[in-house]
Amino acid sequence: MELFYETIENLHSMLKEKKIKPKDILDAVYKRIETVDSKVKAYLLYTKDIAYKMAEEAEDRIMKNENITELTGIPVGIKDNMVLEGVPTTCAAKMLEGYKPPYTATVLKKLQDAGAVFTGKLNMDEYAFGSSTENSGFFPTHNPWDLTCVPGGSSGGSAASVAAGMCIGALGSDTGGSIKQPASLCGVTGLKPTYGRVSRFGLIAFGSSLDQIGPVTWTAKDNAIILKYIAGKDKKDSTSVDIDVPDYYKNINTNIKGLKIGLPDEYFIEGIDKEVKQKVLEAVDVFEKNGAVVKKIKLPHTEYAIDVYYVVATAEASSNLARFDGVQYGLRDFEADNMIDMYKKSRQKGFGKETKRRIMLGTYVLSSGYYDAYYKKAQKVRRLIKNDFDNAFKEVDIIITPTSPTTAFKIGEKVNNPLTMYLSDIFTIAPNLAGLPAISISCGFDSKNLPVGLQIVGKNFAEQDLFNAAAFYQQITDFHKKRPNI
Amino acid sequence: MAITRKDVEYIANLSRLTISEEEIEEYTKQLSEILEHVNRLQKINTDNVEPMSYAVDIKNIYRDDVNEPSIDRKKVLDAAPSVEKNCFKVPKII
Repeated sequence: MELFYETIENLHSMLKEKKIKPKDILDAVYKRIETVDSKVKAYLLYTKDIAYKMAEEAEDRIMKNENITELTGIPVGIKDNMVLEGVPTTCAAKMLEGYKPPYTATVLKKLQDAGAVFTGKLNMDEYAFGSSTENSGFFPTHNPWDLTCVPGGSSGGSAASVAAGMCIGALGSDTGGSIKQPASLCGVTGLKPTYGRVSRFGLIAFGSSLDQIGPVTWTAKDNAIILKYIAGKDKKDSTSVDIDVPDYYKNINTNIKGLKIGLPDEYFIEGIDKEVKQKVLEAVDVFEKNGAVVKKIKLPHTEYAIDVYYVVATAEASSNLARFDGVQYGLRDFEADNMIDMYKKSRQKGFGKETKRRIMLGTYVLSSGYYDAYYKKAQKVRRLIKNDFDNAFKEVDIIITPTSPTTAFKIGEKVNNPLTMYLSDIFTIAPNLAGLPAISISCGFDSKNLPVGLQIVGKNFAEQDLFNAAAFYQQITDFHKKRPNI
Repeated sequence: MAITRKDVEYIANLSRLTISEEEIEEYTKQLSEILEHVNRLQKINTDNVEPMSYAVDIKNIYRDDVNEPSIDRKKVLDAAPSVEKNCFKVPKII
């Protein structure tokens, strides 16, 4: 296979055996970028100078046989909502065009320490508001499997860049499904870790009680490699949790005999694409034939997850985005002659449509007179959704569902109807509200040759269970070995 | 609970946004549709349910009160749109 389409695991062996150098991989990746990124448009910024310097450092580590990790010399792309000191970070928002952050996100520091190589900043929906990457303030990203389709979102650049061979792994962020849904639509593996597993310091905040950073890769094993380097308690994020970080990669155990899998009725409902349903159920059969025990379960409050999410997440977003006021950083309107007017005009100019819609919705549900009816009510129903999962996990080890009700949809298809767009996250939202970890893996292709994604949800901090189950499935099947033809 | 034009103008002001006539119409329609969907929550019985504000139960997190260097002032000011005498400069307030 071409170097740019290899797995982290294989590249690491080749590097260790000195068959290739980090620079060789990077050359292959940038050459690939030159060939396909004009069609896919996954990157907002290439960090070539930094990347080659990092590759040299990685080479040095390998030559001296010092401090080599599985990520040393591996090109990784970064969603553009994670700050890297001195490197423009925009969140795909006009508001932050040209902004050079004065500090570096904890996850990026950790990847640097592991010897990874940063290829550039990846496109996304502005502030991570969206499910298609069409809300980017700059340009939409295209799905490598079919360039007329969306890659999903908001981490569309992360999923599309991996799928097109423009980086070996990527970091995305997930609030309501923003890693899992694009991973599903682009046929790659994407993990949303347990809330608190990975530090959010340096991640530009959207919904602070939901946001998590996670890896996008071809395989579950590669995903486990990245997670073990980015996870852990960080004193700069007080919501990060102090629980040991195991070596998820070395601990992978693909023996699934006796594994109890829950299939929730509420996720196989009317309205879900028939082919998606069929592929997911076929995948469940693979588990069952190999010794897993499949059990029907009930998650009765599932249908309300989307309503809870659009109250809680927009409320949190509206307060998080109050920081964009034209004072400390970002766009400022210089014509306004008083402070309030300056705020209003700067924000009006800097924010895209979906951003304004979400700020308005969030402000409304938090406003006097509506707080109890919307925000508090949603927080209570959020508890009921979590209770559903707690009850289910008394009986099963993992839960399997489709990641998204459909495969990739056409660019422009849902852009004028926010509600139908919101519904494409219907299966990823409920586990996120409960804080649970979940992974999306490819489980086949529909008749249009578009990838279908399967979501595996685990108990809190049981990422290992997800990697085990996903790695087992990828041992038996080869959907994760298919590459788009672009 | 349909949203009116007046509501939209009111929220826009609270949100510190100036919005165009066209946007007022668009948001009135779209926010009403979304809230109509969300109103389904009202029919769920949530008596005696504790609101959930965080996904993982965490109590107050304390740390020792130790001085540590913060981000360099110059680097922070470099990112600001307008600066004077080591301060952020804004339009007249009073």
